[in-house]
Amino acid sequence: MKFIGIGTSLGGTQALKTLLPLLPPGLPAAIALVFHRAPETNDTLPNFLEQHSRMPVEEARDKTPIRAGRLYFAPADYHLLVEGDHFALSTEAEVSYARPSIDVLFESAAEVYGKEMLGIILTGAGRDGAEGCVAIKRAGGVTVAQTPVTAVCRSMPEAALANDAIDIALDVEHIVPFLVRWQYSKGSAG
Amino acid sequence: MVDSSNSQDPLIGTNIQRSNQQVLRLEQRNDDIENIEIKLLLEGVYLHYGFDFRHYAPASIKRRIWHCVREEKLNSISALQERLLYNSACMERFLLILSINVTALFRDVGFYRVFREKIVPRLRTYPFIRIWHAGCSSGEEVYSLAILLQEEGLYDRVRLYATDMNEVILARARDGIYPLEKMMAYEKNYRSAGGKKALTDYYTAQYGRAIFHGNLKKNIVWSQHNLVTDGSFNEFHVILCRNVLIYFDQSLQERVHKLLYNSLITFGMLGLGQMESIRFSPCEANYGAIDSLEKWYSKIR
Ligand SMILES: C[S@@+](CC[C@H](N)C(=O)[O-])C[C@H]1O[C@@H](n2cnc3c(N)ncnc32)[C@H](O)[C@@H]1O
Repeated sequence: MKFIGIGTSLGGTQALKTLLPLLPPGLPAAIALVFHRAPETNDTLPNFLEQHSRMPVEEARDKTPIRAGRLYFAPADYHLLVEGDHFALSTEAEVSYARPSIDVLFESAAEVYGKEMLGIILTGAGRDGAEGCVAIKRAGGVTVAQTPVTAVCRSMPEAALANDAIDIALDVEHIVPFLVRWQYSKGSAG
Repeated sequence: MVDSSNSQDPLIGTNIQRSNQQVLRLEQRNDDIENIEIKLLLEGVYLHYGFDFRHYAPASIKRRIWHCVREEKLNSISALQERLLYNSACMERFLLILSINVTALFRDVGFYRVFREKIVPRLRTYPFIRIWHAGCSSGEEVYSLAILLQEEGLYDRVRLYATDMNEVILARARDGIYPLEKMMAYEKNYRSAGGKKALTDYYTAQYGRAIFHGNLKKNIVWSQHNLVTDGSFNEFHVILCRNVLIYFDQSLQERVHKLLYNSLITFGMLGLGQMESIRFSPCEANYGAIDSLEKWYSKIR
């Protein structure tokens, strides 16, 4: 597993408060987060992530190189795309009513990372990410959704599940243990 | 799909992996063909129409091309290529889809605040000021700056050159007519950007539209210009090139950075988009930061 994408919106702070501290800083994969939020001048997300992540946190900029062991997040009001060994940004219209859009990140990352990608859909409103998970599956990657009953807002994980694009649904606290075991059970795969 | 919300020990899906590998081989072959189709299409568009998208950032250009395939109700990139080459109306639609025109009045209020506080004082020292908006889209950025310059009493000394590669969008910019309902949000931006009056002082509301006043437009020169294929056309005191370079790959970014650099007077000032930076560009050492957070730089050598 070289690349992990996480998508969330409504209720995301609660879910991330549980998930982020569990991420081992030595994880040999890059993580990218798309969190739907209003394009405010005072974006509180960077501080929030710094507070809860043990991995170094970085806002992805135009052409930011992608490195393992770091947590990147999409800037407010920009789509985040993976392009070869770096990120790219775009201000194209909203996709699935969102900018940044999870679909855009997952689709572009799936193309680059194929079976080395894992996508996670956490609590959220709308159905962004559902198409992205299909793309991950098609490219041979793995997808996880938060179990809808445990989500503050269940529509996003539900939409991905309804798309038949989720390998496994897990409670938030089980997601990181799952991906860590997945990473190491496959030994040096990839 | 395994719902393990109740189980302690989620399965590691080895069976998932096997089925995926077969799909993967097929997909990879299709990916290669897809990339060939994109290359051919961009080459064809360049040879026939002169628009050069060959060094645009690949991930987003691929998205736009597929978007166009769907809009044209076609099934493949090759089919789009054929239509593009034989049908110039299709090319016009393609251009609109490719030039991502999203913009706003006083987009990124901090950028305009810094313009007022740090750029305007420097501009006062010049008797005549030339400003270039490269990639001005539908003009919101240009009107924002025009308003600001009027409030600072500099407008009459300024000429604003507003350029974009896309004629259709440029015509919209020239009209300066925007949906009235957007003005509410813009009013807020304008205030936070340090606006001294009310945005309503600058436009006439009519039939649900906001029409900017002629005295805002009088020193604006609108013109088609392509940053990839056209050269430098003047020397400027200020250049704004915002959210355009992010659509280019690294080699093209370097070329366009050189063009911008060569179009600035010494001590001229460059304003980039919020997520862009002069760092890692070949011209980095030739600029000093005026405000690195709001992406204002000045040419120092
Ligand atoms: C996202 S808009 C940016 C508008 C405005 N500068 C802003 O930041 O709000 C990008 C614009 O760049 C223009 N553009 C793209 N490639 C160009 C090129 N090669 N030469 C000139 N303009 C280009 C597009 O037509 C589009 O209007």
